[in-house]
Amino acid sequence: MNSALNPGMAPVATPFFFYLLAGLAIMGGILVITRSNAVHSALSLIVTLLSVAGLYLMLYAPFVAGVQIIVYAGGIMVLFLFVIMLVNVERASKDRRFNRIWPIGLVAACTLMGLFVSAFVKGSRINDMFRDRGMLLPESSNTQQVASLLYGEVDRMGRYTLGQYTFAFEIASLLLLVAILGAVIMTKKKI
Amino acid sequence: MPNFIMSYLGSTLTPGEAGNQFWALVYVLVIFAGVSVAVIAMNWIERKALAHFQIRLGPMRVGPHGLLQPFADALKLMLKEDIIPSEADQFVFWVAPLIGLLAAFTVYTVIPFGPSQAVSDMNIGILFMLGVSSLGVLGIVVAGWASNSNYPLIGALRSSAQMVSYEVAMGLAVVSAILMTSLNSTGTGTLSMIGIVQAQQQQGVWFIFKFFPLGFIAFAIFAIAMVAETNRAPFDMAEAESELTAGYHTEYSGFRWSLFMLSEYAAMIAVSSIAVTLWLGGWMRPFPNLLHAPAWEFVFSLFPALTFGGLAAIAFIGTVRMPSHSFFKIQRIGLAVFGALLGLVALLLLLIAIAGHSADETLASRFKESIGHVYWFVLKVAVFMYLFIWYRATWPRYRFDQLMKIGWKVMLPISLGVLMITAIVGVIFS
Amino acid sequence: MSASTKDGDNDISSRAVSHLDLDAPDKTYLDSNELIINMGPQHPATHGVLRVILKLDGEKVLGTECVIGYLHRGVEKIAENRTYTMFNPYVDRMDYVAAVSNGLGYCEAVEKLMNVEAPARAKYIRVILTELNRIASHQLWLGTHALDIGAMTPLFYTFRDREEILKIFERYCGARLTTHAFRIGGCQYETYAGFEKDVKNFLTFVAPKIDEYEALLTTNRIWLERTKNVGVISAADAIALGVTGPVLRASGVRWDLRKAQPYAAYSDFDFEIPIGEKGDTYDRYLVRMAEMRQSLRIIEQAVNGIPEGPIMGKVPKVIKPPVGEIYHSIEAPKGELGYFIVSDGSTQPYRIRVRPPSFVNLQALDIMVRGLLVADVIAVIGTLDIVLGEVDR
Repeated sequence: MNSALNPGMAPVATPFFFYLLAGLAIMGGILVITRSNAVHSALSLIVTLLSVAGLYLMLYAPFVAGVQIIVYAGGIMVLFLFVIMLVNVERASKDRRFNRIWPIGLVAACTLMGLFVSAFVKGSRINDMFRDRGMLLPESSNTQQVASLLYGEVDRMGRYTLGQYTFAFEIASLLLLVAILGAVIMTKKKI
Repeated sequence: MPNFIMSYLGSTLTPGEAGNQFWALVYVLVIFAGVSVAVIAMNWIERKALAHFQIRLGPMRVGPHGLLQPFADALKLMLKEDIIPSEADQFVFWVAPLIGLLAAFTVYTVIPFGPSQAVSDMNIGILFMLGVSSLGVLGIVVAGWASNSNYPLIGALRSSAQMVSYEVAMGLAVVSAILMTSLNSTGTGTLSMIGIVQAQQQQGVWFIFKFFPLGFIAFAIFAIAMVAETNRAPFDMAEAESELTAGYHTEYSGFRWSLFMLSEYAAMIAVSSIAVTLWLGGWMRPFPNLLHAPAWEFVFSLFPALTFGGLAAIAFIGTVRMPSHSFFKIQRIGLAVFGALLGLVALLLLLIAIAGHSADETLASRFKESIGHVYWFVLKVAVFMYLFIWYRATWPRYRFDQLMKIGWKVMLPISLGVLMITAIVGVIFS
Repeated sequence: MSASTKDGDNDISSRAVSHLDLDAPDKTYLDSNELIINMGPQHPATHGVLRVILKLDGEKVLGTECVIGYLHRGVEKIAENRTYTMFNPYVDRMDYVAAVSNGLGYCEAVEKLMNVEAPARAKYIRVILTELNRIASHQLWLGTHALDIGAMTPLFYTFRDREEILKIFERYCGARLTTHAFRIGGCQYETYAGFEKDVKNFLTFVAPKIDEYEALLTTNRIWLERTKNVGVISAADAIALGVTGPVLRASGVRWDLRKAQPYAAYSDFDFEIPIGEKGDTYDRYLVRMAEMRQSLRIIEQAVNGIPEGPIMGKVPKVIKPPVGEIYHSIEAPKGELGYFIVSDGSTQPYRIRVRPPSFVNLQALDIMVRGLLVADVIAVIGTLDIVLGEVDR
């Protein structure tokens, strides 16, 4: 089995791929809100979600990346598209954009930006802490860390989900079940 | 050069893992070419087999016994006028077949043809496969939308609803196969495709036979779900001709339509490969533990040569049986040449099998092993392809609501049940 | 959703208009999900040029309206300008799948009007050819019906086996499809040398083939799911609508003109009438398969005992029936095929009115598809076994 760390699994051209994926995600996000055609917006959202999956891969979380593709891009976005197509949203809807409250939007966006900046700044201090203990981005050095990060992820995910955090997992599933039942009850004409 | 090839053949890592971009690229090209050839062959086999099921002959004129028919079809489709509905969304119309094609072909990245023969054996191989094939659904939805017509849209929505429903059952069947990989001494399983086949090798039993009938039921669920996943009969209501909704690819003509057909066949081969890898032992030959004497090894290594020899014999018999009329001269010659080519391949394989018979690590023995792995894998997938065609010829099609009912009310509970019982049995017996 | 009638009856006429919402005229568009879909005259599954307008609620059918007449050729009007003998080939073209039955009905009707009877040998030949045609018609029905439901293989099997029947027809009268096999007063052609051998070979050839068709479909789970409880028509509804043939018999009504009003030597033979129970598509399928087997029985008895004698009765060269009118019906493969002939004493009929079974059976489509899904409409049209040449004339 592939149990040895090998040169192929080391990340390649990290900055290039990071900027590429991040750029794609941002561009996709911008396209989502600027396209007038709802289907185009949905497709751009799919591009964004796939880029985020790539970013997860770069963060050594292949399981989360796979689940992102299966659930988000392949399931939820398909349902989005169903709704868009069934409700028959007017394609070239030249409605006037309802943008009279744009100052409030600007304030909200700036607040969010400030939150991100402060998190980054604070985080860089924690980064230094991690670097001292050798727990930083594995590209920098530590093969042992890389190996455990690469090959234990599904294993650890399984152990956490079904071991330590079982209760939260079950509550989440119960929530989804309630949502499904609610949707069925609301839409069925007779049961 | 031989050292270079030897070093590659002798490695235990796939090119993706070894970071070997050259070989990875070679693999990608080989897979692309191979899948295209397989799709073309599949097209011919489908038409001929379907015809023979229906007491007809199928294409007979275009080449000897219609062998050049797929090429003629491909040429015709490429030369056809490219009609785009005037109100259709141009960009989306253009990109829709590509999404399906990409999804279908990307799955081949993780499919293993041998212990180190895959483009890149990710350690989340199965997850990758499930994710990418769920992206194929998007291509269909978008294709139906881009046609700007009511019936293709309804057909596309139905096709995609069906695919999404059966993905659930497929996923659960896959999970119970993954569960079986963890029934080893260390108690850890693996999601990587090569790891799954090696787990079957370690445990000494193909997962279809493990804890009989549990493995078999999981395999059956996957086999049925994969037929529904690829929109093939008997689950092809959404693209049947005699129904009101004419299917998502109605407005596509010419080359774009052939892309849809290409992605459909490629998806069929891909899911069959998954089924073979997960339950039927992937590249392993039959009875590797029971019949492990070197004599048996030799016999089994002769199978590729025998298969091609058999095909060459069939081609020669066809040549002999052709009517001796001047109209058929070119066809006779063509079929004889084809038979001769097959015979040459058979001879080459025979030489490799004999030369590699010794137990050393020579080039020939490495080749023999690799060829053996690929051969058994392709043979098993070919059986599935034949089953696809058989289903289409024999059975009527399900009505759409019956189809969805089966997917949710029958397949899902059974696969859940199999998963739970497999887990319980696995814990008890280890 | 059903309209309430004045006297609360649940009879067929009130149910037929129940989808029109006569009592709720101010129901707005937003209250319902109704959709009107056209299954146009050109459709792979309507077995001819039939236009069906479906009123759907989402996916369920609320009501249908059939628009026919695309194949109307004015046959009945043509009959007023042809002599009785000249009109004989025209009747084949109505139900072109079972042309022999059409000819039989017409010839027998005119014979009855003229009060002549065909000789016994002619009657036996007529029975053999008519029953062969019944098998051929049912085989065609089976192939196309299975194809509509999605099984594409039985079509080829049934058409290949049908070829044997068509070969016998061709050897007998020169034509495969529109045979013009009979004449007024008997048959024109004597059976060719080898006729009995051919027919007996056919009997042994086709019996295992019918088993083959049954093996493919009868116990197939997908076939059962597509045909059971689909297109149910009750016996009372069937009788009220005038439905005849296998559709009526599948609903449980024991009515077959070959037994009820025997004609053309049928009283000499021993056969059964298959009856269904529920009147769904599956029962109609079983009834027709059993009818094919019963036809084999009849043919076997007939071909083993063809009497010697003349094949043409005492009929004048110029056919001039006395003044009067007659209605004579036979059991065609699709149902009761009736001819109403009014003669004014001349060589040309005053009026010929044909009662085609498919025309009357098609009217049951509306009742049968209420509440079904769109995909079932095609199955029901197939199971009614309509031929548009007969519906439109």
